[in-house]
Amino acid sequence: MITRSAKFFEEWRAIARELLQSGIRPDDIRWHDRWQKTNTLLFADEESDDLPTREQIAKPFTVSPKFLLLAKKVAAHRDPQRWELLYRVLWRMTHGERHLLDVSSDDDVLSLTKMDAAVRREAHKTKAFVRFRSVQRDGEEYFVAWHRPDHYVLRLTAPFFSRRFPEMRWTILTPYESATWDPTAKELQYGDGVPASEAPSPDELEDLWKTYYGAIFNPARIKLKAMRAEMPMKHWPTLPETKIIPDLLADAPRRVQTMISQTEGFAMSATNFLPETKTLETLAHAAASCEGCDLYKEATQTVFGQGPASARVMMVGECPGDQEDLQGEPFVGPAGQLLNDVLQTVGIDRDLVYITNTVKHFKWEPRGRRRLHKKPGAREIAACKPWLEAEIDVVKPDVVMCLGATAAQAIIGRDFRITRQRGEFVETDWSPLTIATYHPSALLRAPDPDARANMQSAFEADLQKVADKLNGHEAA
Amino acid sequence: MDRNAKLEILADAAKYDASCASSGAKSTRKDSRLGSTEGMGICHSYTPDGRCVSLLKILLTNYCIYDCQYCVNRVTSDTPRARFTPQEVVQLTLDFYRRNYIEGLFLSSGIIVNSDYTMEQLIHVARTLREEHGFGGYIHLKTIPAAADELIEEAGLWADRLSVNIELPTESDLKKLAPEKKKPTITGAMSHIRQRRDEIQSDRKAGFKAPRFAPAGQSTQMIVGATDTPDAGILRTASELYGDHRLRRVYYSAFSPIPHADARLPGLAPPLMREHRLYQADWLMRFYGFNVDEIVDDAQPDLSLEHDPKMAWALRHREFFPVDLNTAPREAILRVPGIGTRNVTRILKMRRWKRIRIEDLKKLRVVMKKTSPFVLADGHNPGLKDLERLDLGRKVQTKHRQLTLFDAAGSALTGEV
Ligand code: SF4
Repeated sequence: MITRSAKFFEEWRAIARELLQSGIRPDDIRWHDRWQKTNTLLFADEESDDLPTREQIAKPFTVSPKFLLLAKKVAAHRDPQRWELLYRVLWRMTHGERHLLDVSSDDDVLSLTKMDAAVRREAHKTKAFVRFRSVQRDGEEYFVAWHRPDHYVLRLTAPFFSRRFPEMRWTILTPYESATWDPTAKELQYGDGVPASEAPSPDELEDLWKTYYGAIFNPARIKLKAMRAEMPMKHWPTLPETKIIPDLLADAPRRVQTMISQTEGFAMSATNFLPETKTLETLAHAAASCEGCDLYKEATQTVFGQGPASARVMMVGECPGDQEDLQGEPFVGPAGQLLNDVLQTVGIDRDLVYITNTVKHFKWEPRGRRRLHKKPGAREIAACKPWLEAEIDVVKPDVVMCLGATAAQAIIGRDFRITRQRGEFVETDWSPLTIATYHPSALLRAPDPDARANMQSAFEADLQKVADKLNGHEAA
Repeated sequence: MDRNAKLEILADAAKYDASCASSGAKSTRKDSRLGSTEGMGICHSYTPDGRCVSLLKILLTNYCIYDCQYCVNRVTSDTPRARFTPQEVVQLTLDFYRRNYIEGLFLSSGIIVNSDYTMEQLIHVARTLREEHGFGGYIHLKTIPAAADELIEEAGLWADRLSVNIELPTESDLKKLAPEKKKPTITGAMSHIRQRRDEIQSDRKAGFKAPRFAPAGQSTQMIVGATDTPDAGILRTASELYGDHRLRRVYYSAFSPIPHADARLPGLAPPLMREHRLYQADWLMRFYGFNVDEIVDDAQPDLSLEHDPKMAWALRHREFFPVDLNTAPREAILRVPGIGTRNVTRILKMRRWKRIRIEDLKKLRVVMKKTSPFVLADGHNPGLKDLERLDLGRKVQTKHRQLTLFDAAGSALTGEV
């Protein structure tokens, strides 16, 4: 019986080559693992250099690169039996079982595969879980990590870190060995292992990292078992983010509850007030007590749409103004007057028109004693949309005409620009004939008479197009 | 607002995006001074929801002018808002990267001002990282819907991966919940990315020095369970996307309740099991040679929750079995329930040197309960007599409860069956 010892793959490889060439059978060797301190003294005496004289293998042997790669990984496993196993497989491969590695169900191959997998996993986890901390030394920034792998994977992984952080000065400490990268010399150096007490203290980025970790986690889907399987507890001490896991878990039910209660909060919209059966009468009646958004609080009353259910045109404005709010009817102020005039000019019968607004309550802010009109926000528009949808559903107009940008953006789409797309028929979910024009009050606010005249004629032309559609002609 | 408070809001807003992996870039950029993409797909941490943390996944801002109903950042939501400057994102990425917390950056954004402006901001972050800091780590940019083609092209120069989120499986789902997103705009952007990648590849083949363009390809995400579209619709769209635009990945995200949700959305999340089954089905399409119509059809538009899709197929196609492991071609063995791609390869290698026995399968850790009714091999196989049994489906069901939650977590990475 001869004894040999190895710590690193390269050593084992050199010894194995020599033994194999001397024809030493696996059963005749005792292997020691020099990582195991207790054995070191014992076998130092035992180790004998003289190989029994045997018949030398005449022809030189080769093994596949695949085996060498595998052996390099397995050599990093902490099982002291690995040197023996590797040598036995090497022996078998050079003694009639050249394709042994292809036979995945062979017991030796299975053992190798298992060790290989364990080492690869550990190396992968090292790449993942090493956490550098920034330390100042002589006015220079160093990055130091303390990490505890289960296998001897530091030398397998250090080159990876040197490629990843070539310009950083860093050290990775493990209980059995350490690796340091010098960015100027571009060199890796290995030294002794150190205990956990030598680990550097936390740096200020860790709190930021914990914030990120806490925020990116979805409290509605907790799967602790999966987390523990991938992030073994033995690494938790060196992962700063794991400190907040208990808090995250404790807080998760509350966060989910908040998510759900907020859901209900915003689930508030006109939808909550829609009547069972939908006619213009029931809708108007129900809308009168709508509290789908906050606008009802400051407004006098709901201003619902008006017109016959048989209307062929639906005109949609923005929201009621001061006078509409007081009278409870849409388009009764100056803008409504202007609209009526133009309808008459182009020959559209008021009975063919249903007129309404995108938002049904007046939005305003006080300016002195006046109530100044304010544009409804996206939230209010969305909350109020069910009324508009229901109106369109009942009336089923042939043409939907949007008066102004707010209506156009709500109906045609957010990208709608009144300056570019005014006066064109487009197809929407609401109607194959949807068209947008100015809001009549924009005409009233025109900066000068010329501008007003221009807008007025465009406005008339757009309404004329609608009139022509109703009469069955195409616009010229 | 300080960095910490912004990070909290903008990471929280990004947590609903399922794409997390950092894989696919084959080599590190030349002249990198910090970072590499060789250790692809490293998960640096796991959260208690079982998902991996591989990238700094944040939004540049969660202000948005759009109003997509499934999205917490839509304009009509009351969620708290924040905005990072590009410089702040750059610094945060570098700081985290140097400490080995992350593999890189996944950057998305709510739409502010307009699509092009927002896209330019994202590009600015990526360009600064690459050019000023020699950053060689992974960058995934989410393209902004309707951004100009030139911007997408520039984004592809700096990013490893681009994604265009399809969001919902069908045109009518989009209409219903994301009226501002149009399927043609979305798929248009995808095909543009694909064309650019193709051009650069053929330039390279012709020996030109073409720039890198999104070397890790493109991916997309689909929200599942926000509408009642069945699995068939979802998988058909996925299969279309893999085929037409050569996507690398389709991520499925079970709709999860979001704060400030719209009333039109379902209040409860669909079972995570459904998400898991979709990943398995997706896996079958990508690695097992199944096409979508074999997995779902109009008669059975949803995946079975009891059986994985390969098992479900096997139960419907008993005539195909048993498969003889000693003679069958690769494609046939791939269809045997319980035998994954890796074991298929092992079996094929082994049988060049020895006959395959039932005992070999056990040693390869094949789940015999699932596999044995469907295979022929040397040695005693008591399961085989069950192949024609009517209640086979029940017999091969694995003990469910325990497995499901665990499986569902890893399934975004591997849906292997
Ligand atoms: S504006 Fe519309 S949603 Fe808001 S309360 Fe009035 S009717 Fe209801």
